[in-house]
Parts: sequence; C-alpha cells; structure tokens
Amino acid sequence: MALNVVGQRVKRYDGLAHVAGETRFVDDVIVPGTLVVKGLRSPVPKGKIKSLDVSAAEKVPGVVAVMTHKDVPNNRYGWGGDQYVLAEDHVRYRGELIAVVAAENEDAALEAVDKMKLEIEEQEPVFDPLEAMKPGAPKVRPEGNIFMYGDSPCRKIIFGDVNEGFKKADIIVEGKYHHQGLKHAQMEPHVSLAVPEATGRLTIYTVSQAMYFHLTWVCNIVGLPMSKVRMIGGTVGGGFGAKNDVHADHIAALLALKTGRPVKWRWTREEDLLFSTFRGSWDMEFKDGVTKDGRLVARQVKSIRDSGAYTSLNAYVVDKHCFLVAGPYFIPNVYVEGYCVYTNKPPASSMRGFGITPATYAGEMQMNKIAEALGMDPWELRFKNAFREGEMTATQRVLDSVALIETMQALAGLVGKELPPHLKAMASTQKREG
Amino acid sequence: MKKRGVGLAVGLYPTGMSGGGDSSQAVVKVKPDGSVDLILTSVDIGQGCKTVLAQIAAEELGVPYDRVDVVNDDTDTGPLCFGTFASRVTFVAGNATKEAAREAKQILFSIAADKLEASPEDLEAANGKIYVKGAPERSVDIGAIAGEATFGLRKVIVGRGHYMRTPSAPDPATGKTDPFATLAWAAVQAEVEVDTDTGEVTVLRLDCAYDVGRAVNPLLVEGQIEGGAGMGVGAALMEQLYPYKSPVKFPAETFGDYVIPTAMDVPDIRTVIYECPSTNGPFGAKGIGEMTANAPAPAIVAAIHDAIGVWIDELPVTPEKVLRALQAKG
Repeated sequence: MALNVVGQRVKRYDGLAHVAGETRFVDDVIVPGTLVVKGLRSPVPKGKIKSLDVSAAEKVPGVVAVMTHKDVPNNRYGWGGDQYVLAEDHVRYRGELIAVVAAENEDAALEAVDKMKLEIEEQEPVFDPLEAMKPGAPKVRPEGNIFMYGDSPCRKIIFGDVNEGFKKADIIVEGKYHHQGLKHAQMEPHVSLAVPEATGRLTIYTVSQAMYFHLTWVCNIVGLPMSKVRMIGGTVGGGFGAKNDVHADHIAALLALKTGRPVKWRWTREEDLLFSTFRGSWDMEFKDGVTKDGRLVARQVKSIRDSGAYTSLNAYVVDKHCFLVAGPYFIPNVYVEGYCVYTNKPPASSMRGFGITPATYAGEMQMNKIAEALGMDPWELRFKNAFREGEMTATQRVLDSVALIETMQALAGLVGKELPPHLKAMASTQKREG
Repeated sequence: MKKRGVGLAVGLYPTGMSGGGDSSQAVVKVKPDGSVDLILTSVDIGQGCKTVLAQIAAEELGVPYDRVDVVNDDTDTGPLCFGTFASRVTFVAGNATKEAAREAKQILFSIAADKLEASPEDLEAANGKIYVKGAPERSVDIGAIAGEATFGLRKVIVGRGHYMRTPSAPDPATGKTDPFATLAWAAVQAEVEVDTDTGEVTVLRLDCAYDVGRAVNPLLVEGQIEGGAGMGVGAALMEQLYPYKSPVKFPAETFGDYVIPTAMDVPDIRTVIYECPSTNGPFGAKGIGEMTANAPAPAIVAAIHDAIGVWIDELPVTPEKVLRALQAKG
C-alpha cells in the first residue's frame, strides 16, 4: 500500500504554539471573579477524626464557602470506588483531604485553613508493604491490607507446570529486586477551573488524560447528569499517568456549584509531589530454571506492589504486571503471584509503563545474570528465548506480529555488534526447534 | 578510577487497556471545500496524538495533512474516548479515526462515481483527488465533490468510527486471558562510565531499537524514544520518592529532594525504528508511548555490572550503593 501522509515526518500539529508559549493551558484561562481553593489535609498518616470545627474559617473575610464531607452529594469515588472526596471519620495517609475552602484570594483561603480546628487521634501507620502483609500489622483499612481478587489475595498466572519445569533445568537462577517509588514530575501540576454557566450547566477546564472518565466521576460526585457538565481540555502539559485519577476537577466543581462562582484549584508543586498519585514501589522475587544450552524452561515470580491507601488503578497495574512478567520469551512453565498491598501512603496509581516497567527491569536483570551464570553472550540468550510468531504467552494468548528477534538485529546493526551467522539468519517467523 | 561497560535489555509492551473493553470514538466531518474536522476527545498530553490522528484521517480521506483540523477539546461536541494511557491512542483512537474517515469518504465516492463513470469500489483518494484505480488521469477534486455533496445533494458529509476491543476477564484459577490488542518490541544497549572512587555513574550512550508496527510519524516516535530514555536514566540512577522508611519524616517535597534528569544527564541517544505491522492497528501501528521508559534502567544496571563486576538489585543505583557494592566485593 502506497502511503502519502502516514509515515511522513510532518510538523507537530501544535508544535509552534507550544514552543512559542502560545498554547492555552488550563491555568491560562482567566475568568473574572474566580475564587481560589485551599484544602485542609491530614497532618498524620493514620488517624481517627474526633472533631472538626470550621466555624472560625467561615468567618475569615474573603472566604465564600467551606466544605466538608457533609456537603458532598456522593462522597465515594475513584477507580476502585473506595476513595473519599473529603475524609469522613478516618484518614489513611498524610495529606488526605478533609475540608476545602473557596475564597476571594489565597491569603484568605490559607488563613481559613489555618483556623479550622481539627482533632485527630493518631494511630500507628504502616509504610512498608512487606510489613503490611504480616499478620498483626497495623490495618490501613478495616477489611485488611491486601486487595482481594475475588477470593484470592493475589492474581495468579499458571502456565504449564513450573515444578516439572524446574526438574528439567540444569541451573536455577534466583533474584530479588526492588523497583522504587517514582513520581511523574510532569511539567503542569494539577489544576482545575469550574465555571457555572447562565444555562445552569457547569463547564470544567480540565488537565485530565481521560476526559470522559473524569466527566463520569464528577457527575457522580456532584449528582448531575452528563448533560449538565461540560469538560474542556484535550491539551495537557504532560501527564505520564498522573492525570488519570481525578485530583482537582471534582473539588472545583463542588465549590462552583455551592458558590455559584467560578472556582480554580491550582495545586502547588509541593502538593503535587507530596499528595498526588505516584508509581508505587515493587518488591519482586524471581526463580528461573534454565538448561545449559540457554533455554528458559521455568519461571516463578512473586511480586508485591505498594498501593498506598486506596485501590485506584493498583489492582489493574498488578494484573498488567502479572500477565506479562514472564517477559518477551517463550517459557513453557510459568507461575506468577502478584499482590496489591495497602500502606499509609497516598494512593499509588498509573505511571508510564504501569506494571510492565518493574517487570522489564527485574526480568532483564535475571536474563543478564543467567547469561553470566551460563557464560553465554546476553544477546545469544535472548535470541534463543525470544517469542516466535504463533507462540503463546503465560496467559495463553497466541501472538502475531512478533518482532523481538528483528528488533535485536536492528539494534545490533545500530551499535555495530557482529552477530554470529545463526543469529543473523534467525527470524520470528521461523518455528522453534525442539 | 573510571571504568566503562555496556549492557543489554529488551522488552515488550502491550497496546491498549489490559483486559480490553476500552472505547474510542471519532467523528469526521468534511467541509464544503474539502477541509476536514476530526472530532474526538482523545487527549494530547504532549505525545502528539493530534498530529498522528490528523495524519491517519488525511491518509484515509486522501487529503493533505494541513487540511485536517483536530477538535479534541470538548466533551459536548467530541464523542467518547477512554483516555490517553495504556499506549492506546494511536492504535484505538487511530482505528476509530480511520473508520470515521472511511465512512465520510464513501459519501464522497458515491458522488464522484457518477462524475467519473465508475463504480465507487473502483475509486481511490489521494493528494486531494478522487480517481479511478489504475487510471489516475480520470480524477475529480475532493473540494469540488464536497461542495456538490453539500449544496447540490444536501448531504452532511460525516463519518463515524468506534473501536473497542472485546473485554477479556482473566480466569481466576489460571489467569488465562487475552489482555492486549498487540505487542510492540524493544531492545536497548547502554554504555556507562563508573567512577570507582566516587561511585558516580555517567550514562554515555543509549542505543535504542523499537518495533512500533508502523511509525505514523517517525519524528514523534523518536521523540517518545528520547523522552523515555531520559525517564529511564532517572529511574536507573536518580529518582526515589521514598528514600527512607518513614515517608512522613523524610518526604520528597521539592525538585531539590526529588531529583529528575536535566539535559545535562541525558546521554547521546541513537535510535532505529523497526516496522512489523500489527494485524489490527491503523496502517499496522502499535503503541510506543510507554515502553520507551522500561528497558533503559536494566540496560544501565547491566552496563554497570560489565564495568565493575557487581550487581545492584535495588533502584536507583546511587553512588552510595555503588561504593558499598564495591566494598563488599573487596
């Protein structure tokens, strides 16, 4: 098929506007009379709220509205449906939002937050997911610290018979890996502007990566049908997964509806780093069985994801990890357990690569160690095990358009690596021998 | 002493939401002069999806790229899109865009067929013209046909597209599932220099090969590869959100605490794009967005091992960890 436009290095649609600073992002939208927002956040990582008195905050000159959970039509939200728009009786991470204020200016909003009287009975938190899994660990949530996949505390992938596989192996290579918690550090922090319209509708200028999801959540939280809420967005200053969860839109919407005024909530960089979603850390244990000629015959993995205090996308992230943690190789016997564990941190969620990032890291660490143990070229080991067309992943998905071998050959060409003839001649379309 | 090493890591990445069920829709509207509005709600988070989706619409309709407007800013006018994540927009919204453009094109073809005395199935569109397959001299201008369709035949030239992969829930016992639309493939080699006195690691070079199915825009694919490589350097050597046991006493609250790579930390990057078309993506495309941040870290750790003979199994590889590992090795 001859292509005229696809495949061309055409100029970015909005590139010139971006580099000239002319693109209008959410915080560039100025509506006269807009109120600003500040939030009272939990000062402790775990505790029971004994009392909250916002009466002094309401009296600060310039304050237009103060909201607590009692003012929220539907206070539960999130990918897991378990998050609180504003905390009710308990807080589960430092920074969890308890009350918000809309004011004419930032000074008034900050003073109002200062004047809120909060009594919290601090409880013992747990931060390390390995500790949180132990019996008797402090409970992040009353139902326990491990997300349940139906009746199971973990996602399991079983392919072939891993114990039989280990029997066929000449060597066993084991490893334990830690992938750290990471922040998206996108250029544009969370910000939202909600504008009540004369028609009774609400327009929300959003940084969402997923506008329809945010539309759905906001409508649920404020109790309006989709016909009453309009989201404007679509051009965002970086996300990397930070903006799949709703951070500011729902609060701006609630306060705009309450006050009848435009409301903007602009998070500071410090708030963004401390309290927004992040890539939860991973602890992974690998056990690989390999024959002396370099074939992986068995892989066993146990992975634990630090999910923070709420489910958000963590269960999904663990699923994605488990489905492909056996890597880009055909391994006939695979056993995987993936756990999603709650701790008293902000809710972890999506970040570029989801659960595949730690899987690639740990899996490739293993491959390099296996190559060393066998005294084999790490390239050769990968060519030997790379998926071929029509082979099956550990979730029994049959593959097409397989090209790891060709991609490695392309890399060899780029770096000037002279591959031996049998690797040069190898192709993903060739059936595996034996 | 400064020691150098190289390390290899490869990888795969699934396109689309894990488990399927994720929708994207598109509407293509042709104006009376043949200009095109592509209307959707897929979000451009900097990756350039407005560019790529405009290219897909232009290719399918046979109009130049600069005749396509992308209207992706409004949930009132734009149809459903699940969002920009899971490396899905080029693939899922691209498929929806292609389908929408094809439907709009069929309206134009039905009118052009009369003019060209050919059947609509025998027509093709490219470079602003509709022509008879194998006889490009028998052609009509798309703008003229759009005008006639609008004012002569009172048509609304609109096409609709909706792509959604069937959901696939994992079997609770075995995990059996069909969780992705297609897979893209990666191979990365890192070259590093390790200072054995200070423990500092400098990444000298990242060489990157990626299969993207079809590079709809190679410039933007290279942008993704280079951006992901930079993010990989941060994950490998620098970034750590919770460096100590208590994230309350020792939080990272500024970019002074949470150190990300700057231009000074990004190594030389060389790129090669391989194209093994997917069987189900628009023009064979796969997703490249996320995977580019994955293989650099293990490649860098392997290069450190090649240089100084120690494995460091916890990210990030800080100078402290390098020195402790060297000390333990003796």
